[in-house]
Amino acid sequence: MIRLEKRPEPSKAWSAAAPVLAVVATMIAGGLLFASLGQDPFVAIRTIFWDPIFGEFAFYYRGQLLVKAGPLILIAIGLSLGFRAGIWNIGAEGQYIVGAIVGAGAGLAFFPSESFLIFPFVILCGAIGGGLWALIPAILKTRFNTNEILVSLMLVYVAEAMLASVSSGLLRNPDGQGFPGSRNFRDFPAAHNDYIIESAGIHWGVLAAFGAVILAYVLLTRHILGFQVRLTGEAPRAARFAGVNPTRLVVFCLVTSGALAGLAGMFEVTGPAGQISIDFNSGYGFTAIIVAFLGRLHPIGILLAGLLMALTYIGGEAAQATLGLPGAAIQLLQGMLLFFLLAVDVFANFRIRFGTREAA
Amino acid sequence: MGAIDPLVLLASLMVASTPILLAAIGEMVVEKAGVLNLGVEGMMITGAVCGFVIAVNTGSPTIGFVAAAAGGAGLSVLFALLTQYLLSNQVATGLALTLFGLGLSALIGQGYVGIKAPATGDLPIPLLADIPILGRILFQHDLMVYLSIALIAGVWATLKYTRFGLILRAVGENHDAAHALGYKVVHIRFLAILFGGACAGLGGAYISLIRVPQWTEGMTAGAGWIALAIVVFASWKPWRVLIGAYLFGGITVLQLNLQAAGLKIPVEYLSMSPYLITILVLVIISADRSRAALNAPASLGRSFHTSH
Repeated sequence: MIRLEKRPEPSKAWSAAAPVLAVVATMIAGGLLFASLGQDPFVAIRTIFWDPIFGEFAFYYRGQLLVKAGPLILIAIGLSLGFRAGIWNIGAEGQYIVGAIVGAGAGLAFFPSESFLIFPFVILCGAIGGGLWALIPAILKTRFNTNEILVSLMLVYVAEAMLASVSSGLLRNPDGQGFPGSRNFRDFPAAHNDYIIESAGIHWGVLAAFGAVILAYVLLTRHILGFQVRLTGEAPRAARFAGVNPTRLVVFCLVTSGALAGLAGMFEVTGPAGQISIDFNSGYGFTAIIVAFLGRLHPIGILLAGLLMALTYIGGEAAQATLGLPGAAIQLLQGMLLFFLLAVDVFANFRIRFGTREAA
Repeated sequence: MGAIDPLVLLASLMVASTPILLAAIGEMVVEKAGVLNLGVEGMMITGAVCGFVIAVNTGSPTIGFVAAAAGGAGLSVLFALLTQYLLSNQVATGLALTLFGLGLSALIGQGYVGIKAPATGDLPIPLLADIPILGRILFQHDLMVYLSIALIAGVWATLKYTRFGLILRAVGENHDAAHALGYKVVHIRFLAILFGGACAGLGGAYISLIRVPQWTEGMTAGAGWIALAIVVFASWKPWRVLIGAYLFGGITVLQLNLQAAGLKIPVEYLSMSPYLITILVLVIISADRSRAALNAPASLGRSFHTSH
């Protein structure tokens, strides 16, 4: 008989190996999936995971890697703080949208000014927009004990409706012949989040993501606030005795993650996406949840996981173009990855024992 | 405002509420057993696509609904295996289930966009349907509407009067005590999760087969999350789930009718209203800390492991 025996402490080795095992398992299961769709599984897996970095057209794809990874990492870093403390912000998609709307709106208000102050102002407004959107579940949780999971998620739908409203109303391009969508930021250099190194896909948002990784690392290892986040997650009772203020922690975690998601949205809309439009958001807020878990809620891990997840996006697009693989298959692959990760995690927390149980 | 017929409004209220009602009653049973499954949205959309595909291919909505229940339950098996046997975090696993379900349904349904579902006939209840006004509001619906209400009554009676209901609640309130009494905690939770999955699948299929009736990607649009909110609103009581779902359905129908009536409020603000009202209701219900804590199953969301 097989049974599980709880480890006194989670195994570090298993914890580190789990994401790798999960990726391998996803490749195998994904291969089977592609085979069932009538594709050669080896070609499909190679197209998704290998060709974008080492293939013939890698020079194009490599730049895209950071463009896609930037927002994922930025959002996931914020989410990981809350997840560590047992505060579940799953509405990052909404904060991403609101950050983009507020940031873009603040910039467009000054069109066609050429002041160098505009872009910093846009960045600030993006962070504030996302942060305030996340402040709603934070206040409702701390004041009224409302479940932050449900509230933050409901606010995603509200944000989507707002996006639909502003892209055909408030922020619509006055010179756009009535088409929905804002002015393109390429025509507004003072607020444009332009590439710093185009071939590598590095824009200000990518730099911000790297910055967030470093700051989160420092916060978690060197700062009392990071210690409190970790303590609350690992031993909530001890945290209370140690004088951690739960209200402050909830507000800090939610607002920080909201602000980072807002920044990601703002950088995306003023850069790669180029304009506010009904569907500029591409689900990064939800994929970032997978990134956070896959990265073990650790800043460095999230950096790697963000790059991997960006790879599946780019590889997925490539597979769509060359093999005619449906786009949904990639979404499925990403969901699968999280499943396998959660399943493999059992080995980090438990030992497998064979044979019958000895008498107690 | 003159364009809105209150009679039609009330009659369509029950149709609009049924998907959430089905999903919410299933989730309520799951939570009563002490498991928090946040994957309702994923199971609903999977049920929606399974039901639609099978109904289109067989031409029978009934077989479609059976397939939807099977699809939802099938997806919930993944959740049950992970959380009950591999003891994974329920919040994370539920989220994974939703993300996975959204992808899976999009993949299955890609060839079915723009097709119409075979029609499900209304089943007016003889005599009762002929009552003026009331008959039209209450007794001229399709079978699933009546079934969903019967399901509420069934769940209520099972939880309140049967031995199995008592065991299920014991497992949810204190799994260690239930285990000590010799009940198979994991098996009972597994069954509850399956039931929740089947209900969510039915709810999803109701959207794709009757309410809309078409298939589009992501068509459940947060209904699963609203069902989760309704369970909290209902304080884990079956009849209150009914009230909550109908209240919510009423708001949805009203805002749709206001949109159609060409009210001065922009469409976008009307369409965000159901979500805002859900938040408002959650706030009101949760504000009373002592009551909210009293009604929630005590073991909700905690993993059960025997050897300690």
